[in-house]
Amino acid sequence: MQAFLAFADHYSYVITILLMVGGLYIVVSRSNMVKKLVGLSIFQTSVYLLYLEPAKIVGGTAPILAPDFTVYSNPLPHVLILTAIVVGVGTLALGLALVVRIHEAYGTIDDDEIKPQDGG
Amino acid sequence: MEAIINMALLTLLGVVTLAIVVQRSLLSVVILTSIYSFLMASVMIVLDAVDVAMTEASVGAAVSTVLLLGALYLTKSREETPRRSRALPLLLSLAVGAMLVWGTLVLPPFGTADTPIHQHVAPRYINDVMGEVGIPNIVTAILADYRGFDTLGETTVIFVAGIGVLLLLGGLRRQDPEEGTPEDPS
Repeated sequence: MQAFLAFADHYSYVITILLMVGGLYIVVSRSNMVKKLVGLSIFQTSVYLLYLEPAKIVGGTAPILAPDFTVYSNPLPHVLILTAIVVGVGTLALGLALVVRIHEAYGTIDDDEIKPQDGG
Repeated sequence: MEAIINMALLTLLGVVTLAIVVQRSLLSVVILTSIYSFLMASVMIVLDAVDVAMTEASVGAAVSTVLLLGALYLTKSREETPRRSRALPLLLSLAVGAMLVWGTLVLPPFGTADTPIHQHVAPRYINDVMGEVGIPNIVTAILADYRGFDTLGETTVIFVAGIGVLLLLGGLRRQDPEEGTPEDPS
């Protein structure tokens, strides 16, 4: 029981790391560029969880001031992650534009098929 | 109760991630990514990050999916079977994961109020925001006032990304009718 409770307390970190490792594995092992970008955004979203999970207080409420509440979750990680989400979609859009351009130039979006065309 | 809902949603997130890893059809990957973002927004609601959840639902689940679908329409929607060995990436990922788990063992348990993160600057924001900015939504007050330069930098990044996308894709359309074939990369 003790071990289970300790595991439950750290469950959010375990899942955060699972998402991070899953994203890393996709980026490193897959040669398809769209899949690589999806892996990159999974890696990025795992960092959102890493920031937001510690900000929560059980029994607290969203950080909007109201007379009936006294306990609020930490607002600073929310602000940082808001910025990160918007920047994330910017990088995804730029990456996908590059992929479309590469497809126009090489006729493929697979890393392993591009290298022979470049003579490498 | 909050902790149990959080754990259930996190488990679903882990399952969707594993499905994305093994899925070969890129269209399915895009749909799973949309589900992933929606689950992430739900987790954020449970974590009381309502502003972040709204942004993730609109930007992550909607805009990213549209961008990915557009890219698939312009390219290919099937992933080739990989030719290189998968042992090294798997080993690398597992090693990184093991180190990260080891690093998080000493972190405080979920949802406690007396952790260092809640002692430092957060009480100052919560107590003084009404007198200094006058907006009840603390996240908006920090975003637009205390960390306004941060937000200016963020909008600059989006602006530059937009210019980059226009340059990459706009130039292509102008060349196509004249030359007939795409430009030679070499």
